[in-house]
Amino acid sequence: MAVVETGGPVCSGCKPLAAALTPAASEANLKRAILARSALCALGSVVWLWSGALAATQLTGAGSTFDYPFFSRAFYEYSRQHSDLTVNYQSIGSGGGIQQFIAKTVDFGATDVPMNAEEIERAGAPVLQVPVTLGGEAVAYNLPGIGKGLRLTPELIAGVYLGKVTRWNDAAIARLNPGLKLPDVPITVVHRSDGSGTTYIFTDFLSAVSAPWRKTVGTGKSVQWPAPSSVGGKGNEGVAGQVSQSPGAIGYVELAYALQNEMAYALVRNRDGNYLYPTVETIKAAAATKPGVSAADFSIVDAPGANSYPIAGYSWVVLYQMPPNPRRAALVKAAMQWLVTKGQETAESVGYVPLPEKVQAQALAILSRMRTP
Amino acid sequence: MAGWLFFLAMDLACGLFLLVVGGIFLELLAGSWPSIRAFGLSFLWTSAWDPVAGKFGALPFIYGTLVSSLVAIALAAGVGLLAAIYLAEFAPGWLGAPLGLLIELLAAVPSVVYGLWGLFVLSPIVRSQIGPFLQATLGFLPLFSGPIYGVGMLTAILILVLMIVPTVVAVSRDVLLAVPDIQRESMLALGATRWEVTRRVVLPAARGGIFGACVLALGRAVGETIATTMVIGNRPVISASLFAPGYTLASVIANEFTEATTTVYLGALTELGLLLFVLSLIVNGLARVLLRALSGGLRQA
Repeated sequence: MAVVETGGPVCSGCKPLAAALTPAASEANLKRAILARSALCALGSVVWLWSGALAATQLTGAGSTFDYPFFSRAFYEYSRQHSDLTVNYQSIGSGGGIQQFIAKTVDFGATDVPMNAEEIERAGAPVLQVPVTLGGEAVAYNLPGIGKGLRLTPELIAGVYLGKVTRWNDAAIARLNPGLKLPDVPITVVHRSDGSGTTYIFTDFLSAVSAPWRKTVGTGKSVQWPAPSSVGGKGNEGVAGQVSQSPGAIGYVELAYALQNEMAYALVRNRDGNYLYPTVETIKAAAATKPGVSAADFSIVDAPGANSYPIAGYSWVVLYQMPPNPRRAALVKAAMQWLVTKGQETAESVGYVPLPEKVQAQALAILSRMRTP
Repeated sequence: MAGWLFFLAMDLACGLFLLVVGGIFLELLAGSWPSIRAFGLSFLWTSAWDPVAGKFGALPFIYGTLVSSLVAIALAAGVGLLAAIYLAEFAPGWLGAPLGLLIELLAAVPSVVYGLWGLFVLSPIVRSQIGPFLQATLGFLPLFSGPIYGVGMLTAILILVLMIVPTVVAVSRDVLLAVPDIQRESMLALGATRWEVTRRVVLPAARGGIFGACVLALGRAVGETIATTMVIGNRPVISASLFAPGYTLASVIANEFTEATTTVYLGALTELGLLLFVLSLIVNGLARVLLRALSGGLRQA
């Protein structure tokens, strides 16, 4: 009845129609009204949800696949603390990340090797490069009858990867491992076939410790592997698979991967002459020897210090000093400041090495140069 | 009116594909320009692949793609045709249908699964069983010489065979079944055995279709990426031995594209894509010429 009363003054033409309604018809009308109302309700809630989704800002990043497990864990934590923000990270590879960053389609890029001068020039604006996480590499091997405990020197690893040392019972290996009964089998050298920061750190290490390697091969995400007995595996799983399938194989894999898969890996001699396993501590120790790390001087392979493991490196986030979208700049900056400090606590739980405190301070110092409105 | 609309839609559909293919070609050409300018035609016959020094050559990849796919199709055509003949001509109905279904099911397995299986199951078998056996029996051939790593050209070929056999079997069987029964019955009435019927009537009639099945399968082998990458060993060398690692065009693109940053490096990878495109065109074209020659010979016979 209320409907008729309120409707009356507005549209007098409705009155005769309402009066003419039979009880059955008015019931149908009521149903229709309820239906319409609930439809409106549903529509309303959809609109409300939608606007809710709009209110939560989404930051986007793209790049390194190495960073992906760390980022997805850390940013999940971050958006739990900041319900109005989500971070969408696409692990398309460092090269792709830099491309997207230069094209300004993402808020940040992530790369295992800092952008070089040519790439920064293509970006056309000042770029900030921030170290965000650390990785180390294990030299895994497959020697039947020998579990853990093989010792290797940097020169020997270079010799193996250069194809100069070709059998496991080589005198040089035997001299380092008097307690082990080394088999007379050929060494199969396994490397990453896909371009990767892992390969970059490993070849950076070989270049640092071996002049022949530096001259003939060099440092890169993909290189021309000189050893005649070398095969390439795709990804950590490809290298690990080939090492575990073929007796006599040696290969380098990310520490997290080696730990999770319980592979046998070597004690590597560091610059101070100590034989060390790669662990969170020994890699952190290597990184702590260079607190002022920057994109121009970032290598921490063959680091000095009694407890420094020699095969390690940083991964980087790249940002514009003057972000193209100032409205989001403050959000990106805050997220990054969290990532290099508090966020480091999540790193260890997913197999990464947290940044040493001095490096966290350095990362914050670089971030403070980012301009926000 | 309706007919006119239909023809317009047909033209548009075909035109669209022409546009897409032309667009791909132009885009690849533009993308590979830095590499074409830097290396010219010598890109095709040099073997260096040194991203650090910025020196690139495509020969090992062209070689790897051709050898892996051609040997694979030769093996798959043999095995697949035998299976198809059995299924179409000799298998009893209760066996033929489910068997055919099973073989077609193989075609639905994702290639990354084939790759992982190849790496973790097949490659150890190649290293410890198949390889040593071949070396002991046929080791005098350079094809089966040298150290056996498990991964390598042979493993890649075996995986490819497994992946393309279902295509050969399924299409060939359908083609064989399409040969009218009246022809078989006529031959039988003349006193031919079932083998003679198959050899003299069914196979010649289905020759074109079987050849088409092989071309389809070859296309899959040439372009297969992930499974090959996981088992071929990814080493850009040309080696006479099938045990040695190799590398294909598709594999190197998949491996290195995401992390390639310099302009010439990206250009070289894109040019490999262009080569793959051209190689597929040539292979398909050659297959067509061969098919025409074959069916021409058939008509004369």
